[in-house]
Order: sequence, then structure tokens, then C-alpha cells
Amino acid sequence: MSAARAPLPRWVDIVLIPIINIAMALFVSGLIILAIGENPIEAVGIMLQGAVGYDGGIGYTLYYTTNFIFTGLAVALAFHAGLFNIGGEGQAYIGGLGVGLFLLAFDSVLPFVFLLPLTILACAAFGGAWAFIPAYLQAYRGSHIVITTIMFNFIASALMVYLMVNILIEPGSMSPESRDFMESAHLPFVHDVLGGLGISMVATPLNLSVIWAAICCVLVWIYVWHTRWGYELRTVGQSEKAAVYAGVNPSRVVVVTMCLSGALAGFVGLNEIMGVHHRLLLNFTAGYGFTGIAVALMGRNHPVGVILASLLFGILYQGGAELAFEIPRMTREIVVTIQGLVILFSGALAYMARPWLERLFAMLHRSGSPAMERA
Amino acid sequence: MEDIFVFAVQTLDATLRVSTPLILAAMAGLFSERSGIIDISLEGKMLAAAFASAATAAVTGSPWLALAAAMITSLFLALLHGFACITHRGNHVVSGVAINILVSGLTIVLGIAWFAQGGQTPLLKADARFRPIEWPGAQAMEGVPFLGPLYEELISGHNILVYVALLVVPLTWWVVYRSRFGLRLRAVGENPLAVDTAGISVAFLRYRAVAICGLLCGIAGTYIAIAQNAGFIREMTAGQGYIALAAMIFGKWRPLPALGACLMFGLLDAISIRLQGVSIAGIGEVPVQLIQALPYIMTVVLLAGFIGKAVAPKAIGVPFVKER
Repeated sequence: MSAARAPLPRWVDIVLIPIINIAMALFVSGLIILAIGENPIEAVGIMLQGAVGYDGGIGYTLYYTTNFIFTGLAVALAFHAGLFNIGGEGQAYIGGLGVGLFLLAFDSVLPFVFLLPLTILACAAFGGAWAFIPAYLQAYRGSHIVITTIMFNFIASALMVYLMVNILIEPGSMSPESRDFMESAHLPFVHDVLGGLGISMVATPLNLSVIWAAICCVLVWIYVWHTRWGYELRTVGQSEKAAVYAGVNPSRVVVVTMCLSGALAGFVGLNEIMGVHHRLLLNFTAGYGFTGIAVALMGRNHPVGVILASLLFGILYQGGAELAFEIPRMTREIVVTIQGLVILFSGALAYMARPWLERLFAMLHRSGSPAMERA
Repeated sequence: MEDIFVFAVQTLDATLRVSTPLILAAMAGLFSERSGIIDISLEGKMLAAAFASAATAAVTGSPWLALAAAMITSLFLALLHGFACITHRGNHVVSGVAINILVSGLTIVLGIAWFAQGGQTPLLKADARFRPIEWPGAQAMEGVPFLGPLYEELISGHNILVYVALLVVPLTWWVVYRSRFGLRLRAVGENPLAVDTAGISVAFLRYRAVAICGLLCGIAGTYIAIAQNAGFIREMTAGQGYIALAAMIFGKWRPLPALGACLMFGLLDAISIRLQGVSIAGIGEVPVQLIQALPYIMTVVLLAGFIGKAVAPKAIGVPFVKER
């Protein structure tokens, strides 16, 4: 059987298989929409119109995209070291806590030029710290990172509820939210920035953290493929034994990688807390950490892929909101369903199509050039 | 003295009720993981089963049909997990995450499309649910001190699924440690190559293990939706699948210790409801959130090897490749 298999060209692995997988996920999603008695083509039309059809839609789409880039990069970076960081949700939550605590303490003291870099640092430190404990336990105590990061999601959630309800709540307030940050501590909205340049845009939550997301993509790309730390990281991911043989300390790599991954996930807090809500509150992570898994799998753990996948999920999220508005029998949870299917087909069943393609290409080779057969 | 006793009995009674789905799901996870298939989709399977049972009970009015529908739904998801992990050698955790997310979206999508109540199913009437079973003589025992309340509250008066859960534990123990299937199940989780060499199909064994896992999760979901509650509410499993997973790990992949962990986590849950806003002498008010987070914290501490050592089946999460 293996004799019939020809090695697949590179582009099949990088382009064709991911596209087939996503197509299968979307096809099944379409069947589900059909099954509840709605028209999938019409649904796609409404989603696209709502997501990219007007400037407000684009703003919302890019705002969601920003979050997905952060969590997608977080999962992708960890994947390269052979680690599955399923704790993006908790790390984003605690990253946001870092942003909130820092701004609550310093928003009246420091000017924006100092606040911004320091807030980014605080955010990274908190998100990274939340990933540090599971990483340390995996590297030095032998506990499994998947289980520990799942547990840490729940612990983060309990911790946040406790802090918000008992300590950080604004005195006299009914809902568990902190006081608003001072105006000078807000990350500017894109519509305000564009307005200043004379371009008018509808008000959306899109803010300048989208630029930080783009910078993070470049930084991750440089780190993973153009530094010796990145080389070590990928070596550990490929083979821990080989890494040890090459003089790399896998435990250290695990800890450093997870801290960076946690920091990246934490930046969701930057977008949400400093960019959109301007105060600390509960449940601002809204499942973005889990979407990051779908984004990383779909984007093949490469920053460019992560950007493309984040855009797609941004469109789905924003489009899903419009969909619920236009068709009352539909809800935006259809997007969560699609997300699950994408993880299933591009992750767990990623190589389902491969044997078929191998046979197909073997056939093509045979009919195309008989010489290939001997080689 | 009498007051403390009544309080204790009531707390234990509540413990049993909140532990039931944990016990069923933990035993489900045990079958899967003992065969070498990581299962973090206990949560998703329970949620899907909860929805299927509530929807079926709402339409047909029969709790037994609801149970059957839930078990079939959960079985289907388990086989999907098996298809990804066993047949296609996919990543077990990725597959589990996919199922959890898929179900969390799909139950709401279908719920709104079918029942138009914001993702809930209609409130069930009493005869569409599993009702408490009064044991003979529970009324007559009422007057008897100590034994009376113990019998009436703790032993009698639960619905059938509670007793099923309690029966599943010794059954699991027997299957895993005393049956031929169990011997092979444990072997395939430790060393699939040896099982393969003995001429036994690794894939078929593992498929049967995940199927059992699916059926048990089906019962657990049914309990949550139509025995403990009277209908489906979005995200109603609320992390219980993960607590069950934690309990199974806490029990070191063994049935009886896992039962103990389920009861302990259930007790914590029952206490946390009762301790809300209560101040304990010497300690002060214990934050409810801390008690709620305790199962997770304890599992992390255990896994880190600080209390005993939890060793997973050796071949867990490793896809089996027959040809070398």
C-alpha cells in the first residue's frame, strides 16, 4: 500500500489540505443551518454584509480579530514547543487583571506615554505569571500541562469573581465593576484617531491595540524563526531527546515558552480593559482563549496564517451578531458551532483527507510520467 | 446536637445529589483513559446528553425515551472522538476541545430553532422527569431518632439515576479488575503493542472503551437535565465535566478512589452553598469562590506530586501505529 503513495508536494500540505479541511467544516455548518430550516447561502450573505459591508462592521470585525490574533499567537507559539496551552482563557483574564490593577493605581499619576508601555508590561507579566505555574509544574514536577491549564482557567475565574465582588468593586456600585479609568489612560479608539486625521468612521470598539497585535505577529515570527531561542524552542517541539543531545535545556524552554504564550494571551486584556471597557469587570474574555485554539490550528501555527484565521473568525463573530439580528431563529452561537467544527476538521481530523490525496497524486503521477514510478 | 445531626444529614444528602453526575462522568472518563484515550470532552458529551434528554422529554413526555436519546447522542459524540483519535490518530486534546466547543454552540442553536425560548427547553412536567423514589417504610421510620432521618433523607428519596450511579462504581471496578475485557483494557492503555502482538485489535478495544464512556456520560447528562432540573438551560453542565475529570485524576484512574474524590468535590459544593456569608469562629468568612476553586487547586497540587503521585496510563494520548 505504501508503495502506491508518492510524497505530496509541499503546497498540498500548506495550502490544499487546510483549505479542504475548512471547506469540510463550513460544509457541515451549512448542513446544520439547513437542518434548522434556514438558507445557508442567505446566512453567508448576511454575515459578509454585516462583517465587511460597511465601515462599522469592519471596525467590529477588526476588533474581534485583534483578540484572536493574541490568543491564536499564544496557542501557536506553545505548539511549536510541543505544548498545548489550553489556558489562554485564564491567562487573558489575569492579563486583564494586570492591566486593570496597574491603571487603577497609576492612571492619575503617569502621562499616557509612560502608561502605555508600562501597562503592556504589567499585562504581559500577569498573563505570563498565570502560565508560569503550569509551565513550572510541567517542566519540573511532571504534571500534565493540558490538565493544569484547564484547572487554571477555573481558578482564574474564581479568583476574578472574588476580587471583583469583594475588593475591586466601586464603592456603592451594584455590579461588580471597578471605577472608570481616567480619560488619559484610555487606549485611543481608531475612529477617534481617524477622525483626528479628517476621516470619518462610525464609533466601534476597534482601538490601537490592533497595531500592537500586528507588532506581536512580527515579534513572534522573528522569535520563532530568527533567534537561537526560537531554534531551541522548535528543537524541543520536534524532539526533546535531540534537544538534550544538542545541549538545550528543555525544562527552561518549556517555562520560557509558556510565559511568552501566557503574555500573548494576556494582551486580550489590553484590548478589552484599556481599549474598550476602560474599567475592570467580569467575563470580558468571552471565550476568546478557546477561539485561539481554532485560530492556531487553522493558521498552521504561523503568524501569517494566524492573521488570516483571525480575520476569518473576526468576520464570523461580527457576522454572527448580525445574523442573529436579521434572522430571529438564528443565534450567534452558530459561530461557536462553526468554531468547534473548524477545530475538529483542521485539528483532530487534519489528516483525514491525506490518504485520498496521496492516492490521487500517485494516480496523476502514474498517468503523467511513468518515470516517476521507478523513482 | 440534634441540629448538627440534621444539618449533617442534609449536607450529605445534597452531596449525594451533586455528586451523581460527577460519579457517572468520572467512571466514563476512567474507561476512556484506561484504554489510552484522553477524554476532556466529558463536559461536551454531558451537555449534549442533557439537551437531548430535555428535548426528548419535552416532546414525548417520557423520561425513559429521554434517557435513550441522551445515551445515543453521547455515544455518537464518543464515537466521533474515537474516529478522530483511534482511526485518524488525531490529537486527543484537540478532538476533545472541538467536541466541547461544538456542543456548547450547537445545543443553543438547536434549542432556539426548535423551542424559541432563548436556548432553554420547555419546563418539564413531573411525569416527564425521573422522580424521587420513596423507599418502603420511610414514613414509618420518621419518628426513629438518628436512623429515621438517615434512612429517610439519605438512603430513600432519590431518583433512580442516583442509585444507578452508585451501582456503576462497583460494576466499573469489577469490569476493570476482574473481567477479561478489563484486563485487556488496562493492557491497551499501558502497552498497546503487547495487546496487538497477542492478536487482539487495539482499535476495537479502544472503540468499545470510548463507547462505554459515551453511554455513561449520556446517563450523567440525563440526570442533570431531567432529574436534578426540569429542563435544559444553556451551558447547564457548568464545568462539571472538568470536575469529574479532575476527580478521576484525583482518584489516580481507579474507580473507588475516584468515587471518593467525586463525593469529596460534591461535599465541597454542598458546603459552599451553605457557607455563603456564614462566618466560622476563628477563621472568619471563607470566600465561596475559594471553596468552589478547591477541587481544581487540589488536583493541580496532586498532579504536581505534592500529595502522593498520580501516574496516568502509560500509553495515554499516544496514537497507536500498527505497522512499523
